[in-house]
Amino acid sequence: MDLAYTEEEEAFRARLREWLGSVLPGLPGKPDPGDWPGRRAYDSGWQKLLYDAGYAGLHWPADAGGRGATPTQHLIFLEETERAGAPYVGANFVGLLHAGPTVAAEGTAEQRARWLPPVLRGEEMWCQGFSEPDAGSDLASLRTRAVRDGDDYVVSGQKIWTSHAEVADWCELLVRTDAEAPKHRGISWLAMRMDSPGVTVRPLRTLAGSTEFAEMFLDEVRVPVSNRVGAENDGWRVTMVTLSFERGTAFVGEVVACRRTLDALAADARRSGRWDDAVLRRRLGRLNAEFRALWRLTQWNVSEAQAGGGVPGIGGSVFKLRYSHARQELYEAAAEVLGAGDDLDLDREWVLDRLSSLSYTIAAGTSQIQRNIVAERILGLPKGR
Amino acid sequence: MDFQLSEDQRALRAGIRDLLAGRFDRDRMRAAHEGGGGVDRALWRELGAAGFFALRLPEAEGGVGLGLPESVLLFEEIGRALLPGPLAATQLAAGAVKGAAEGEAVVALAEAGRPVGHLEGADALLVLDGDRARVVTGAALRQVVDGARPVRSLDPGTPLWRVPDLSAYEGEALPDGARLRREGALLTAAEQLGSSSRSLEAAVQHAGEREQFGAPIGAFQAVKHLCAGMLVRAEPARSAVYAAAVTGDPVEAAGAKLLADEAAVGNARDCLQVHGGMGFTWEADVHLRLKRAWLRAGQWVTTTDAEEALAADLG
Repeated sequence: MDLAYTEEEEAFRARLREWLGSVLPGLPGKPDPGDWPGRRAYDSGWQKLLYDAGYAGLHWPADAGGRGATPTQHLIFLEETERAGAPYVGANFVGLLHAGPTVAAEGTAEQRARWLPPVLRGEEMWCQGFSEPDAGSDLASLRTRAVRDGDDYVVSGQKIWTSHAEVADWCELLVRTDAEAPKHRGISWLAMRMDSPGVTVRPLRTLAGSTEFAEMFLDEVRVPVSNRVGAENDGWRVTMVTLSFERGTAFVGEVVACRRTLDALAADARRSGRWDDAVLRRRLGRLNAEFRALWRLTQWNVSEAQAGGGVPGIGGSVFKLRYSHARQELYEAAAEVLGAGDDLDLDREWVLDRLSSLSYTIAAGTSQIQRNIVAERILGLPKGR
Repeated sequence: MDFQLSEDQRALRAGIRDLLAGRFDRDRMRAAHEGGGGVDRALWRELGAAGFFALRLPEAEGGVGLGLPESVLLFEEIGRALLPGPLAATQLAAGAVKGAAEGEAVVALAEAGRPVGHLEGADALLVLDGDRARVVTGAALRQVVDGARPVRSLDPGTPLWRVPDLSAYEGEALPDGARLRREGALLTAAEQLGSSSRSLEAAVQHAGEREQFGAPIGAFQAVKHLCAGMLVRAEPARSAVYAAAVTGDPVEAAGAKLLADEAAVGNARDCLQVHGGMGFTWEADVHLRLKRAWLRAGQWVTTTDAEEALAADLG
């Protein structure tokens, strides 16, 4: 147990901090959330800057074009970029954190050469075609089918909750290639071009008013067989690789952001006099304990991953459960601090964040599914009924 | 950045667990609680001989020379075993009170407005008043004991006394009372952590064995989710306690106490729930853990103190 960072890690942090200080002031202003072409340009511009400075794909293996950084260096990167107020990964999320690592781990040499460099350079964006209207948490019951026709699969079906579908070039698509096999065994993982004939994207409006994700209709879309990652019908295993990346370090930056928000809330409450309310003040104090502990838990998980050869573990489920609920409590407290009608003003950033926080206990596996994972896979309780 | 226990720390923890399993198994734990609690002097000396109280004293002073992280591991095991007695106060007083380091003396904790545990058998009182600390012994201690009246203690392992206003009694001032309070809170948080892990294990074991409706109750989501919630309470508390032991940061220690109190109390309650009617009986151990957890939550740094300290750190 030694929470100190090594000299090398501190040097890495210092270089990164210096670079952020030099590059951030020159960034253009953030685009409007509804301006998708603007958002794509902004996110891809940031990714290009990272690439040119040698920070792209930090946690990817070196033979996939990444920097082969240790989990601790990745942690420092996420901490420092968030602390400096640098742009979030944005529409590059799926490419950098899901599809890219999956192709790096499971793809052929040709597939890696074709798909990975454009992700790192911010030239191509990916979206995730996993969920379906009738297959939410029970992902393996998906029905979108792919039928082999010569060198192509012909894909028909419907996907939903497809984040950033409007600006994506590629979709990591789960399809059923064997309808007769047990449901986990007949699935394959395909990379599909979003401009293929037969792909229709219809944005979904969230309760926060934004169109973060979309429905996607697939009508006899032709996808080359060579775009399949992993063996035919082995897509479930490939997907589990993807999901373990998702639950690994996906929320590191956000914990830092929550701590910043909490400080800002307290400062606001001190200015407005709301601080004199002992119940509210102590509620904020409790949240301070919560987010400090979540930060330490993050370090713990990263340290475990580093000791275990860089593989993210299922400890991520424990983190996600605690974090997603804490984040909702943070914005409940924010509404109480704002009060006086400001808690109803959608132009206040905290009000939008309060709405967004509602998705955290649902997205990437609901809290109920996470509890099943924790109970069965960590605590060893019997399979559910 | 390495947050893993070192080999030495793992070995230390395993050694303590084995030692407690040998000296204070479940039968002895139950006997100690049935017998009205109090300190078993023979056991206290054995703990002293094993280095429990001198763990952090420098080797030059006859101590073991280890640090706060190792102490936290020790107290986590103490919490798991439900070992009674003012162990944190005695370890903190080692070096300041004669015989404390060796396990010859019992040092009880006295805080303003709270009943004092283990007063009758105590050789010294560690009196905490805000961030001031002093040790009351000898004639002054006898006066305190003479003026005290026993309380029917909620916790069968901790006999309690109400004491007269302590400010009237002279004692030897100890330096750095704020540090003593912080470290006492952290060691107590570690006990809470051990207790919360033990409650989780007991609940998982019961849920895997007890059958209802033709299946182990742990196969039902309702029970499963209770157990998962217990782990989700304990793990952030563990990270907080270990980190606070490494950094020694006062705000972090307050947060660790807050979350560990919550984990110990919450997990004991959920463990009781998983055990159903059996959990509500005197025979089940879970009520002993719950009652001790309630007692510890009121010691060193209370929930209110912790929340205020954590709030003051913001903004």
